[in-house]
Amino acid sequence: MPTEFPSARAGLEGAFQPDAFPIVEKPKDPDLAAADRVSGLDSLELGPEKEKGRLGKRIWASTWPKLLAIAIVIGVWQLVYLSEWRPAYVLPAPVDVFAELGSLLTEAKFWDGVRLTMTRAVTGFALAVAIGTVIGAAVSRFTPLRAAIGSLITGLQTMPSIMWFPLAILLFQLGEEAILFVVVIGAAPSVANGLISGIDYVPRTWLRVGQVMGMKGLAKYRHLILPASLPSFVSGLKQGWAFSWRSLMAGELLVIVPGTISIGVRMQTARDLNDAVAVLAYIIVVLVIGILVDQFFNAADGRLRKRWGLTGS
Amino acid sequence: MSTVVRIDDVSKQYGSGSNALLALDHVSLAVDKGEFVCLLGASGCGKSTLLSLVAGLDEITGGTLDIGGRHVALMFQEAALFPWLSVAGNVELPLKLQGVGRAERKQRALELLEIVRLGGFGDKRPHELSGGMRQRVALARALAQNADVLLMDEPFGALDAMTRDILHDELERIWREQELTVLFVTHNVREAVRLGDRVILLSSRPGRVIEDFKIDHPRPRRIDSPEVSGQAAEITDRLRAEVARHAN
Repeated sequence: MPTEFPSARAGLEGAFQPDAFPIVEKPKDPDLAAADRVSGLDSLELGPEKEKGRLGKRIWASTWPKLLAIAIVIGVWQLVYLSEWRPAYVLPAPVDVFAELGSLLTEAKFWDGVRLTMTRAVTGFALAVAIGTVIGAAVSRFTPLRAAIGSLITGLQTMPSIMWFPLAILLFQLGEEAILFVVVIGAAPSVANGLISGIDYVPRTWLRVGQVMGMKGLAKYRHLILPASLPSFVSGLKQGWAFSWRSLMAGELLVIVPGTISIGVRMQTARDLNDAVAVLAYIIVVLVIGILVDQFFNAADGRLRKRWGLTGS
Repeated sequence: MSTVVRIDDVSKQYGSGSNALLALDHVSLAVDKGEFVCLLGASGCGKSTLLSLVAGLDEITGGTLDIGGRHVALMFQEAALFPWLSVAGNVELPLKLQGVGRAERKQRALELLEIVRLGGFGDKRPHELSGGMRQRVALARALAQNADVLLMDEPFGALDAMTRDILHDELERIWREQELTVLFVTHNVREAVRLGDRVILLSSRPGRVIEDFKIDHPRPRRIDSPEVSGQAAEITDRLRAEVARHAN
């Protein structure tokens, strides 16, 4: 029995007998050589750390192409304006639109409108996420439910949200609920689908590892299925946001709740007054908000991918 | 020596009727505590199936399989580490599932990473490590499961020769120090002879035990030593004959 030899010598003598190794003392020389081999191999395989470069430089590298693209768009717009293809009261000059935008940004009422629109967007999106997650989890868990409504969810995703408004107005009149209804029905299917495909594509070996570790029921969801489906779920969220934002804009143009001055209402008013400058200014506002939120989702997605090692860098 | 895994007359059939596939046919095998047993065979010999059965991932269709309620841990060709956890987090997970407290978990994970010589890498993400290092993390995670039997399904199959050679040394050392019982599946004859106390040669379709080779060359062994090569050649001949039997 190995425990009958408590000394270090016994370990040395027993170097060629697998059973004769006391755990306390190990033969030093061969061990050190092996340790060197292992750590040498590790450092060879890992290679040198990559230089990331300074923060300012990195930000500039990702910013200048965007600035250039904006400059090109504005340049083309200016050229079309100068060509007098359309009269100036229909297609105004960029400088007029940006002047209008500038004065809008200093107006408190404009910010009230933005706040109202964003509140609707966030409420609708949050509700869509909650409903989509519950439906997605239920569908991936119960096979008959999947057979019943799995393809319906994808079908709903392709449905243009504007088709829901007549029904929404009949159901809820011209109220917040009508807008909310369409936003949720537009975004929830994407969220549900993201979760479903995430759960479906959890690698089989991970499931086997979990099973051997003894994961069951809730623990299996908490420690394996949910984290494993996260990237797909985030993609679903991102897509869901895009759908809810589009539905919301359509809703604000169609469903004008009396007494509110959302971005959509302001847009509609500008159109009624033939105020092309304001119309273009609001288009830019909606575009910028859309881009900013998308950047946020991209950053979340990018971080996740980097942590998981799914990116090239 | 006490027997840890007793496989008695075990058969495994997939499907039924005319589509039935007999993967294992009356296989008997006993693994003693502290033994290193290699399962060797060509494609379709059901060696991975046998491992899945022992791991409890699949049901046997005949015979008896007794592991006496012991815990097993399983390693695959891919490390199958969870990318949302750090290296240390991956090793801690089995401890967490066993209900080990936070501080003790951290301590134990660090010890286990030291054992596989990755003490300084706990905060890294799995994708930041090389393939060989990831397999060592997987080994540490398997050790964290406190299992009586370590099941390994071609764990070094995807690694280059140098890395594999070094990991053989490491596995042999850890097996000795931790007094593990290992059931190791491979199709690489030299690897089996390099590592095993016994090499079990299986036939293909259906899988049956052809022969049970006892390997008693002194350890630590080298994969390129004359003893290992000689015995590997002998086993390879048997394996070739078995493969030729399947010619049309």
